[in-house]
Amino acid sequence: MEDLKDIVLQYVIEEYMEDEDDEITFDTPLISGGYVDSFSMVSLLVFLEKKFNIKIPEDRATPEAFDTVHSIVALVQEYIKE
Amino acid sequence: MSYNNTLRQLYTDQLEEIRGKGIFKEERFIHSTQAADIEVEFPTGSSLQKVINMCANNYLGLSSHPDVIKAAHEGLDVRGYGMSSVRFICGTQDIHRELEQKVTEFLGTEDTILFPSCMDANAGVFEAVLSNEDVMISDRLVHASIIDGIRLCSANHDTFKHSNMEHLESKLQLHDDKRIKLVITDGVFSMDGDLARLDEMVALCEKYDAMLFVDDSHASGFIGKTGRGTHEHCGVLGKIDIITTTFGKALGGASGGCVSGRKELVEMCRQKARPYLFSNTIAPVVVSGVLKVLDILSGSTERRDKLEKNTIYWRKGLTEAGFILKEGDSPIVPVMLFNAKLSQDVSRDLYNEGIYAIGFFFPVVPNGQARIRTQISAGHEIHHLDKALEAFIRVGKKHGILGLSKQEIIARYGL
Repeated sequence: MEDLKDIVLQYVIEEYMEDEDDEITFDTPLISGGYVDSFSMVSLLVFLEKKFNIKIPEDRATPEAFDTVHSIVALVQEYIKE
Repeated sequence: MSYNNTLRQLYTDQLEEIRGKGIFKEERFIHSTQAADIEVEFPTGSSLQKVINMCANNYLGLSSHPDVIKAAHEGLDVRGYGMSSVRFICGTQDIHRELEQKVTEFLGTEDTILFPSCMDANAGVFEAVLSNEDVMISDRLVHASIIDGIRLCSANHDTFKHSNMEHLESKLQLHDDKRIKLVITDGVFSMDGDLARLDEMVALCEKYDAMLFVDDSHASGFIGKTGRGTHEHCGVLGKIDIITTTFGKALGGASGGCVSGRKELVEMCRQKARPYLFSNTIAPVVVSGVLKVLDILSGSTERRDKLEKNTIYWRKGLTEAGFILKEGDSPIVPVMLFNAKLSQDVSRDLYNEGIYAIGFFFPVVPNGQARIRTQISAGHEIHHLDKALEAFIRVGKKHGILGLSKQEIIARYGL
């Protein structure tokens, strides 16, 4: 699922990164690390749902589940499999 | 359930956790009126210290202006202390409507409705004018009260990168299927002090049939040639659909706020905005004070002109001393230190030098962008600014940060 990881990372960089000095990886803590505020996370949720044609329930779209690209990918994979 | 030891311990632990993170907020007791020179008791129980206030929202120095105090006294004598009612039952006096009309005239809008605070205005306005067919598209650095208002509203929401017009345009395109698109921004951003690009935002809103909302709390009274706000500065007077602002900063500094804009939207707030419907009317004494403030500002631009000169002087002094500032034209002048502990150490050292300025760090500002936020006032005289500048230079030298670049400060102190 390298493609999935890359797609999510690319979206996060384009959608959220403001400072050119910031470099993020698959394990960078996005929300707890202060790169993305949880309030702005909604655009990522909408993107994932549209891109992969899935529906992620509100109670699963938590700041913890969205904190790294790895954890986001794990969540998305659950719903792609269903 | 009674408040037993288990519950007490639960909250004690939570408070300890806040302390452990270094974000526990402590009040400092001021024993004087709000002004450039104040007397502060801090820590609690210590003797009073005379300090120069560099962190008040008292931009025009009107919080303790004798004419405003006199008008407030007269309002108290003639219209009483309280109304004991919400507006629509029996809490509206002639002076409440008079203030709404004066604010409308001052901001160059169609109509205005008063709220107990701008926090309340922002909490109530979105739900009053939008539904789940609509979308709110907000700048990522808008004030916390706007975020609360958005959360209370059933409309969809999305955000765009701070002041990034290309990103905003892409979001307007993305949400073109929605019935109403409302673009939401601060006029002056409270932590960075930069101004929204309202001229470009108006153009984008016209292009995509969107409405524009501006919270001008850190602008009303002094931004723009006659102090009308960010919309005057950007040349778009009359083109903002909704403006919210406060009377708790430059406009007297007591309390109260408003929604001002298209008359139908204001009327919707009068019918539906819950903080308006279910919270007490603004006290007559405050209304009388704000009316006097607007009289003063409509008669002369002297105070906002002095504020502008003070701001230029302060920015120039800090820059020449070798501090890194956030760029901007507003009297909010953030001195960037990047490291959270450094911001707290510098703030403490400044206080010991007689300068009251607060350090902000994550989560109040983004991680790695800790700073001292200074706020300039027309109540400052040059001798205040010179004394503050000397203190900043002494403290800056002590920490060895003068003339250093961002990278050099981070290399020395970390993020």
